[in-house]
Formats: sequence, structure tokens, C-alpha cells
Amino acid sequence: MAVTAPAFEAIAPPASSARRRRYTEDQVPIGKLLLRMLAGLVVLVVFVLPYTIMFFGSVKTKAQIRSVEPTYFPTEWHWENYVNMWSTPETPLVQNLISTIVISVFATLLVLVVAMPAAYYTARFRFPGRMVFLFLVIVTQMLQPAVLTSGLFRQFVALGMIDTWAAMIFINAAFNLSFAVWIMHSFFAGVPKEIDEAAQIDGAGRLRVLFKISLPLVWPGIVTAIVFTFVACWNEFAASLVVLSTAGNQPLSVALTKFVGQYETSWHYVFGVSIVAIIPVVVLFMLIEKRLVGGLTAGSVK
Amino acid sequence: MSTTSETSPIPAGAADGSPRGRDGEPNTAEPAARRSGPRRPGGRELLASLPWIGPALLLIFGVVLFPAGVMFFNSTRDISLSGLDQGSVGFDNYVEVFSFPYFWPIFVRTIVWVVAVVGATVLISLGLAQILNKAFPGRRIVRLAVIIPWAASVVMTTLVVYYGLEPYFGIVNTFLVDLGLIDTPEGYGWTRNPDTAFAWSIVVAVFVSLPFTTYTILAGLQTVPGEVLEAAKMDGAGPARTYFGVILPQLRGALSVAVLINIINVFNSLPILKVMTGSIPGYDADTIMTLIFKYIQNQHKVDVASALSVVAFLIVIVIVAIYVRVVKPMKEV
Repeated sequence: MAVTAPAFEAIAPPASSARRRRYTEDQVPIGKLLLRMLAGLVVLVVFVLPYTIMFFGSVKTKAQIRSVEPTYFPTEWHWENYVNMWSTPETPLVQNLISTIVISVFATLLVLVVAMPAAYYTARFRFPGRMVFLFLVIVTQMLQPAVLTSGLFRQFVALGMIDTWAAMIFINAAFNLSFAVWIMHSFFAGVPKEIDEAAQIDGAGRLRVLFKISLPLVWPGIVTAIVFTFVACWNEFAASLVVLSTAGNQPLSVALTKFVGQYETSWHYVFGVSIVAIIPVVVLFMLIEKRLVGGLTAGSVK
Repeated sequence: MSTTSETSPIPAGAADGSPRGRDGEPNTAEPAARRSGPRRPGGRELLASLPWIGPALLLIFGVVLFPAGVMFFNSTRDISLSGLDQGSVGFDNYVEVFSFPYFWPIFVRTIVWVVAVVGATVLISLGLAQILNKAFPGRRIVRLAVIIPWAASVVMTTLVVYYGLEPYFGIVNTFLVDLGLIDTPEGYGWTRNPDTAFAWSIVVAVFVSLPFTTYTILAGLQTVPGEVLEAAKMDGAGPARTYFGVILPQLRGALSVAVLINIINVFNSLPILKVMTGSIPGYDADTIMTLIFKYIQNQHKVDVASALSVVAFLIVIVIVAIYVRVVKPMKEV
């Protein structure tokens, strides 16, 4: 568990940024630098390529994308695909998008409301059962919805909640809870206790301390937890596949698989929808890029 | 995993650095008073903690542990196709799982899937992290690009590869023909043939696992002290010697965590194989996870699916236990 050490250090922003600057201090010969840039360029191309193909495909016509001699670049740019794709007959894509948004937003809110007090309390106070609770959180992180689908399916059938957004909101929230608790826990624990104590001596109540003193200090941790949870819910597949049977209730991740194996797949629409669905979460993830180095391991460590 | 939480510095460290109050009044807690004062019953403190941790407990019990219990229970029941519980059948569902003629090939394929994906992911990520850790103009853009497959839906990433491999009009086939690697854009029916579809699934799985693994290793590289690298340089160690003798041992913690999490994720992975091999009839490209979903969705045998899920669950626990025992990822360095 030595990995948790950098995690804690990364919480204090000045320390981590100072450490990162170390590499630029070295005098690097220009040849070596060019070699590194070349390697970097190769990496960049490999990682961007599938999504470039996706984008180019999304502006081709059906005839172009299904042509036996495909072109790498689109010969004409058919931006109207981004309007027309929503009415493709395979699946109600507009409803799928709404479904994805509703489930992700509410699951993330639920995680936030549930995880924040738990993370704060376990980081700040000792109570009997504290270790049991943290152990439970770790156990949840070992489990994924995929391995529990048959149980989840039966349970939500029994509750009469099968094929509802509510079921998926609960499932997404429950399985992302542990990560959110861990990451916020480590951030709360990183706030010097003296700050809390000083506020309490000044007569602030516990809730007031949480909202006025601790929260602003751990804001980066909360943002990280929110982004992570949201992206995970946005892309969730296994449980949605089994729990949501009505086409209109399904999120995009499930809906798009229906295009596979179709005799005349509208690949240009699949890619248009994918681009629309991918860009917001990629941007969100890039916003927390700094925190992915180091800060993340605190949450992912079992 | 009980050892994890006991040796974990997170809860321990957090507790040490936090104002602890026996009665929930942190500012009154003094070490001496705490030690000598009469121990109050824990029940009240537990009760005081409930408003804070109660909702989380409810969610964990209601949506994770209870369904797990339901799954174990259902694995011993006879559940009709329409979902009616028709009583206990003992271990018949397990007998059905193990006597399924394709079970052992699927079991072996699952192991191949996990070992190949995690192995390749870690090796490539070590190289990637080395590149991304060096200073060069544009590094930040490259680092951001590496994040994309992490944030993007795995289904969507797999779909573009699936399209690229389509016979005749797939762009990957065209590219391979242009390179002269294959002669015909028919592309051997990559996604029609179970073996090639499975092989390409491994490629996709590695691709989407790289970002997390690379970033975890990058985090590990940040902890290698600069002085140690200086010392190695002074002692005349070359780059290779420095990497294998100095840097790699320092990465032990980060690597252990990355491997452990990758094993769990890859074993539980469904979308890649579902997209790449889902339309192939038969069971020649299945893993345990896709078989579970075939039982639930195609055959509506929730009881057998539950039994297989329990088996999958136990396999994960065994793998993790062996791994933790052998590699000791939680060991303090």
C-alpha cells in the first residue's frame, strides 16, 4: 500500500506541482528531445485514431461508409447526419440520450449526497464499527454489477422496479459509492484537524464546520468523485442490459449495440451518436487530468 | 480481504490525524482523558454515526449485499422461464453449469482472456508511462489523448473497431490491404470467426485498459526520488540498469494495484466481447461473463445464471486471494 503515499501528497497542490517540474530542470540534448516528441506523436496518433475514424465516419453518407472501396477521409462533409441520426429506426436515440442523462445525473447526485457525509464522518471521527464500515466499502469495490446481475435482476423484479430508471439510478449509485467514499475520505483526512477544531472552538456546529470549513478545502476531491461517478454511470453497460428491457428506457451504451449484426447497419449514425456521447465525458475527464496522476490511487486502492 | 483494511494506512492514518471524540465532541478529546476516562457504551456512538453513514449502509446493503444474497439463494432454486420460484433443487444448477460441454473450454478461455489482456496492458503501459514521464514539448496533449479511451464508452470504442474489421467496407481491412499485409478486403471475416473475433477483442480490451494502468504507473514514477536516480547515474549505471535495478522495484506498489484492479475489471468485462463476438452463434468465443448473460438473456435461465455467477464470484475471490498472497500488494515498502 505504499501507493497511498503519493496520493496523500498529491492532495496538497503546491507539493505535487513542484515535484512535476523536476523533469524540465534537466538539460536535454535536442536529438533526444526530438526522439521523445516522435514517440509522443506515435502515442497521440494511436490513441486518437479510433475516434478520428469515428468522426470521419459520422460525416459520410451511408453509401460512402458502406462502399466496398472505402476512403480514409470523407470526400464530402455531411453534417446533416447529426440532425438525421436521431430519427433512425433501429432504436429511439433521443429517448436513449435522455435516459443516459437522467440516470447519470441522478445517480451522481445520489452518490454525492450519500458518500460525502460518510466520507467526512469516517475521516474525522472514530466510532465503533468504523472499520467494519470501511471494510464494507472495500468489499463493494471488489464487486461489479456484471457479476451480480442475476441477483439484481431478481431483486428488482420482486420490487416491481424492473425496467425503470430508478432501478438503474440505485444500481449505478451503489456500485460507484465506494470509490467516491474512498477518494473523499482521503481528501477530508488531508485537511489539518486544527482547522476544524479552531472552527469548533469558535462555536461552529458540526454541519457548519463541514459546509463552511471542510468542503471548500476538499472541493478538488469532490469534483474528482463527481466526474468519476458521472463518467462511470454514463458508460455503464452490463446491468442496464439486463435491467432495462424497453428500448426507450435504455441508455446509449446498450442502444448502440443493436446496430451490430443488422443487415444494413447505419454506421454513420452510430458514429455520430458516439461522438456526441463521448465528447462531454472526455472533456470532463480532461478537467481532472492533474488529479489522475497520484490522487486517483487513493480511491482505487482496495 | 480483511488484511487489507487492517494494514491499510488510509483509515489508520486518517484516524490518527483526526480529532476523535468518544462522545462525538472532538474538541473535548484529550489523549489522557480518553485513556483514563470511563469507557462509555459504544452503542450511542454508533447511533450518533448513523445519520452520516446510514444512507451509505442502506445503499450497500440494499443494492450490493442483498442482491448477492439473492443470487446465492437463487443458485439453489428452480426458477421457471417466466420467473416463478418452483422450490429448491439443491446443487442441480451447479451440476448443469459444470456438465455443460462448453464449460471447460470457456473456463480456459476466460483465463487466457484475463492473462493476455492484463499482461499485455501492463507491459505496454510501462513503456507508455516512461514516454509520458519524460519532458518534451507537447507532452500535456499526448497525456490528454491517452485519457480518451478511459472516458469514452467501451461499447462505442469497440463498435468503431468492429466496423473497421467488417468485410469489404471496413477501414482496417482497407488499411491492411494498402500495407500489403492481406490480399483481400474480405479480411478473413475477422468478426465472423470466433477465434479472430476473440483475438481482436483482446486488442480492444488492452487498448481501453491502457489509460488507467499508464496513469497508475505514472503516479508510481512520481514517487521515485530524484536523488536515487542521481546516485545511480553517479555509480555509472546505464539507462537499462537504472530502469530494471532502481525504477522498476520502486514501481512495485503501483504495479500491484494496477494489476489487481485490471484483473477484476477484465474478468468482469462484458461489452467488448458482447459487441465483437455476440453475433457469432455457438460458444467458441465466450468467457464466463458472456455465458452468464447468455443464460439470462437468451435462455432465460436465471437459476443457472445465478449458479454460474456464484462460480464467477468465487473465481474472482480465489484469484485475488492468490494474488494478494503471492505479490503482497498491500505490503509496506
